[in-house]
Amino acid sequence: MAQQDAMASAASRLAGLISIRDLDIAGIKRIMQLSDSFSEVLGRDIPKLPTLRGKTLAIVFAEDSTRTRTSFEIAAKRLSMDVVTLNASQSSLKKGETLRDTLKNLHAIGADAFAVRHSSAGVPAQATRWLPVPVINAGDGCHEHPTQALLDCYTIRQHFAPAIGAGQSREPVSSLRYARNGTAGTEPDSSGSTASIGSGVAQTDLECFKKLRVAIVGDIEHSRVARSLVAALDILGARTVLVAPKTLLPRSQAGWPSEMSTSLDEVLPSVDVCYILRLQRERGTGMYVPTLREYYSYYGIDERRYAMLPDHAVIMHPGPLNRGVEIDNTVADSPKSLILRQATSGVAVRMAVLYLLLGHNTGTWKADDRSVGALPRDNTGRDTTTESTSQIGLPEAADA
Amino acid sequence: MAERERKLATPRGGVFVPRSQVMAVDDVHRALVRIAHEIVERNKGVDDLVLVGLQTGGVPISAKLGAIIEEVEGTHVPVGTLDVAFYRDDIQLRPVLPEAITSIPVNLTGMAVVLVDDVLFTGRTVRAALQALSDFGRARSIQLAVMVDRGHRELPIRPDYVGKNLPTRLTEQVDVSLDGVLLGDVVRK
Repeated sequence: MAQQDAMASAASRLAGLISIRDLDIAGIKRIMQLSDSFSEVLGRDIPKLPTLRGKTLAIVFAEDSTRTRTSFEIAAKRLSMDVVTLNASQSSLKKGETLRDTLKNLHAIGADAFAVRHSSAGVPAQATRWLPVPVINAGDGCHEHPTQALLDCYTIRQHFAPAIGAGQSREPVSSLRYARNGTAGTEPDSSGSTASIGSGVAQTDLECFKKLRVAIVGDIEHSRVARSLVAALDILGARTVLVAPKTLLPRSQAGWPSEMSTSLDEVLPSVDVCYILRLQRERGTGMYVPTLREYYSYYGIDERRYAMLPDHAVIMHPGPLNRGVEIDNTVADSPKSLILRQATSGVAVRMAVLYLLLGHNTGTWKADDRSVGALPRDNTGRDTTTESTSQIGLPEAADA
Repeated sequence: MAERERKLATPRGGVFVPRSQVMAVDDVHRALVRIAHEIVERNKGVDDLVLVGLQTGGVPISAKLGAIIEEVEGTHVPVGTLDVAFYRDDIQLRPVLPEAITSIPVNLTGMAVVLVDDVLFTGRTVRAALQALSDFGRARSIQLAVMVDRGHRELPIRPDYVGKNLPTRLTEQVDVSLDGVLLGDVVRK
């Protein structure tokens, strides 16, 4: 919808990233592939690229945030962008200026792209109609949070897709290096020399999703994360099961490509990913459960439920954590937890989105197939068409 | 010219049609053996030497050079790959290139780096590569080895090791592989 509107104003330009449904599998694959490249960059001694210098990102948040805001800011800065951050609570919006005027003025001042968060669904989509530059939805009400879903899928793929080559590690080396240097620092693998780097870059293969069953547990009804994640996992072919008390499940199954369940204990032994949502008390969720204690006893991931998970399963959470409300303190820090890895992935994935919107916006999330095909990522840099051209051409040329 | 660059050449999506063979497989091999010796001679051995092949055309050449140097000197030389897509000065002007793997196996501080590419043309790729390399440490020196120097430089960049100087017209294309060097044109399908 947002894209079609943009088509009218500017032909063949992406108006932004509003919904996961703006993407198809080729688009997600492209973002994953770019995120791999940026993960490698983030592992360098100097993790900075000159790619988007001169461009300015305006981060306009009318709702509180830690991870998303800083992640967008760091992603933009790693690409040499300038960043201005506007918190609605400290801006002229307080004096009664409309959001439309605020955004249009920021664009007039020099913003080349916007990351917008708002408590009402549809605001970022509306912003694409006001602005001639890309708008990224950084969370709109209970609607969508597409970059969160993309970084979650990237994290899942990093964990479950086998790395190319004979590395013992299931993780791409680039991400391990980033974890070592970067903020997340989950495993200080100081013994890891740089010798093996390059042999373990994860493949773009998204096949691993087809075997996965993902449980999304908690406040589905109010969760934009769940809406985006279910859509992304649906595109990628993973099965999803939504687990919550009836009051927090979607009111209708229509449009959800998911199973639904009210019994966490029945679901847990058969899932590969247990994705826990925050109980969003600021959206009145407290009214939907009798008490937080009761919610925890039925839907909280405590140590007993942790033990019910298969050995290979992982635990994810978009943050911020309510320790003791939806997740146990020790479970959040357990070996199966990818929670900090999610935060790490966010930077690379948002760099990829910014790059595709601002680097050379071709109007498609895919590789520009009018001129550029997919590259073989096998270090030879030659594909079969090259070989055949040479072989056809060679005899004639030799005679010449 | 590697596949990726060919796909961006004008006319877009055209097919490379070779007109003449400039170097045969043996010629390429002899040039590589000579360049390998020149590299070792210039650097007085292989201490602190690292080869970096530019994605995508320089990668197989750098791997082969590394193998020859190892054969000659009996010492392993680290070989890395570098993709300069994010450092190019024409990012806004050309389609986004599919990225290839960057893998620099060692910290470059204090190292003698030999950048390896297939064709030296405008020099803009090499400029981007010089900028990229500085993010991996302060190299003692950076040298440039290319299989073909086809002229038409737009920047003050010169190669240290050249397989063959090949005068070309601007519109022509050069295809380099370990199997030989072809001169031709990209024509519309």
